[in-house]
Amino acid sequence: MTERLVTGFHPFVIPFVAGMFFVLGYCLYGLVRILVELPNKDRQKFLLSLITPKTAWKNIKDIFLNCLIHVKLWKRNKVLGFMHSSIAFGWFMLILLGHIEVMLFLPERTRFFYYPIFFNFFVAEGESTIQGAVLFFLMDFFLLLVLCGIALAMIKRFASLWFGMRRTTNPSFLDTIGLYALWAIFPLRLLSESFTAHISGGSFLTIPMNWLFRQFLGNDLNFLPTWWAYSIVLGIFMFILPFTRYMHIPAEMLLIPLRNAGIRIVHPRKGFARVQVYSCPGCGVCIDACPMSVKKENQKDCTVYLNRQIRRGNEKRIEEISDKCLMCGKCTTVCQVQVDGPQIRQAQRAMRSYSINPHYSKVSVDEHLSNIGNGKVLYFAGCMTHLTPGIRKSVANILDKAGITWTMMDPDGGLCCGRPMLLAGRKEPAREMIRINTEIIRASGCSILLLSCPICYRVFKENYNLPGVLVMHHSVYFDKLIKAGKLNIEKNDSYRLAYHDPCELGRGCNIYDEPRAVVAAAGTLVEAKANREASICCGGSLGSLSLSYEKRRDITLNSIKNLRNDNPDAIVTACPLCQSTFSNYSEIPVLDLAQVIDKESN
Amino acid sequence: MEFGFKLSPSSAIELDSLDLSLYEKVCDVEPTAKTCISCGSCSATCTASEYSGMSIRKLLLDLQRGKNAEVERMLSHCMLCGKCTMVCPRGINTRRVILTVCRFYDNVEGAV
Repeated sequence: MTERLVTGFHPFVIPFVAGMFFVLGYCLYGLVRILVELPNKDRQKFLLSLITPKTAWKNIKDIFLNCLIHVKLWKRNKVLGFMHSSIAFGWFMLILLGHIEVMLFLPERTRFFYYPIFFNFFVAEGESTIQGAVLFFLMDFFLLLVLCGIALAMIKRFASLWFGMRRTTNPSFLDTIGLYALWAIFPLRLLSESFTAHISGGSFLTIPMNWLFRQFLGNDLNFLPTWWAYSIVLGIFMFILPFTRYMHIPAEMLLIPLRNAGIRIVHPRKGFARVQVYSCPGCGVCIDACPMSVKKENQKDCTVYLNRQIRRGNEKRIEEISDKCLMCGKCTTVCQVQVDGPQIRQAQRAMRSYSINPHYSKVSVDEHLSNIGNGKVLYFAGCMTHLTPGIRKSVANILDKAGITWTMMDPDGGLCCGRPMLLAGRKEPAREMIRINTEIIRASGCSILLLSCPICYRVFKENYNLPGVLVMHHSVYFDKLIKAGKLNIEKNDSYRLAYHDPCELGRGCNIYDEPRAVVAAAGTLVEAKANREASICCGGSLGSLSLSYEKRRDITLNSIKNLRNDNPDAIVTACPLCQSTFSNYSEIPVLDLAQVIDKESN
Repeated sequence: MEFGFKLSPSSAIELDSLDLSLYEKVCDVEPTAKTCISCGSCSATCTASEYSGMSIRKLLLDLQRGKNAEVERMLSHCMLCGKCTMVCPRGINTRRVILTVCRFYDNVEGAV
């Protein structure tokens, strides 16, 4: 290869170079700002994780699999996965191969960082081109791959259902400009490389196109404007990138190492939350996933819109969206970058100051302890189970049938577990409740803390420090009892039971199989249409602060419809709140796991 | 001196000088608060009532009568567990009522 221009410079590269500097500068500034915003302890933890071989390797693997290959999208929908990975991986390979070309043929030009992008403009084919044939072929191949992705992206605009998406976001004005710039980059690259292919060489795509164009164009006058256009479009895309959803490209590369380091959201706008917000690709997968979106009026309250409003600084809407959410966590599960919408909302709620702050000074630990008998198993019913006494009685019956020595922690209704207060963002009162409950549990001398409410279970698991005490949800405990042969259950095969995964138990604590095993021991397990991670919130969640009783109705009806997909005889759940919410509207019986087992055992 | 009886302080409500701004704020944020029928379901289920006499029924009545100090006392032990919301036959979002009162309660006015 020889150089066509002695200086190695042409003014057309200026838009690209300017855009490149701008975007690199912006990302560097963002990185420094985020690192400064992180609490000291988190920052140290993060930096340490970068040099720990295990996490460092995990970071590289995760970035490659998620940012370039988009494995999560492949699992969701093949076409959607192909579209994204062809653009991301194809583009990455074009840049990488461009650099290899420069290093191989013109090593003295490696310091001009626009060279790999505009290589074909600056070089002329020489005798040694045969060495580059493979590279040229690969360049054309990956360009074709990206173009396929772009074509699919265009089709997606009009037929999103083919890509497994019913609803998608309305792009903002800048997003639209970014989108068109992105669409224009690769066809322009194809054109410009085709126009110069007889000088710089090419492969299966560019050479035939060059031949075709030369049949009717006859001169080289059009190639310079095309290269200009290509550079300008690249420049536009990069100048606009920080203000569009395409910011997720650099942000996700920071999000993955931060998450792998175990950093958590503290402030709703700063530090880790800022990375999460900027990592949102604005795809709108969460709109279909959100249980609230059964009603059109709630569609703009999904996580994707929360992120958009945070970026715009629209305080009124941020507050509204934060209060409305049921905190079911489904948006995070379906999100390919796993933006933790509920955590951002919870941090937002925690920002508010209240003039009445509850305290629990009148609660006497000793009085509670005097009501508690002896037993290795301490059963904490919690507020919700006290409101559904059938479940409480069933749990007691089952424990007696299995011959367990147990005692109740809150026979007369004790303290709340603290999770509802925590979900409302009021950390201080929640912490005090947790402190008092911890004192009671530790003093009781139990070895197993049994819970029949997943809301309690999650907070006991995540926020309590109970050394030597095994915290168990009743579904897991009953599964153990059944497997140990302590319960005599007569399986009734004609009894078809649909199991509903409560949000806090499934997505919250990753317990899916044990409750299913318990249901299957009593009857025939029937799966809902959307189940496990995709299960739909019952609508009764304590997570939402503003959603009214009437507005929850459609959510509950939609969830019941989903559960009755396979025509079960009854709905079984493992949460007293879900049970009570479904019972309000369901035409078939809604039971808790404990009630089913109690009925079918002897 | 102990007479074996005492005089109750006057519980008359001055309708002219009543400060209903907090009640109005609550109704503004959560209009369903107006639909309370004082059935007492919320009082019966309340986890905190044992400690502070908490009751949404009383809380709403006190707000309507401008007895804000009473409201503060009742809310001091609320755990936000949401049982009152679950049992309310009128579908009042009681948790939102509680959070609104906690947030916009004015200490100075309440002390009067």
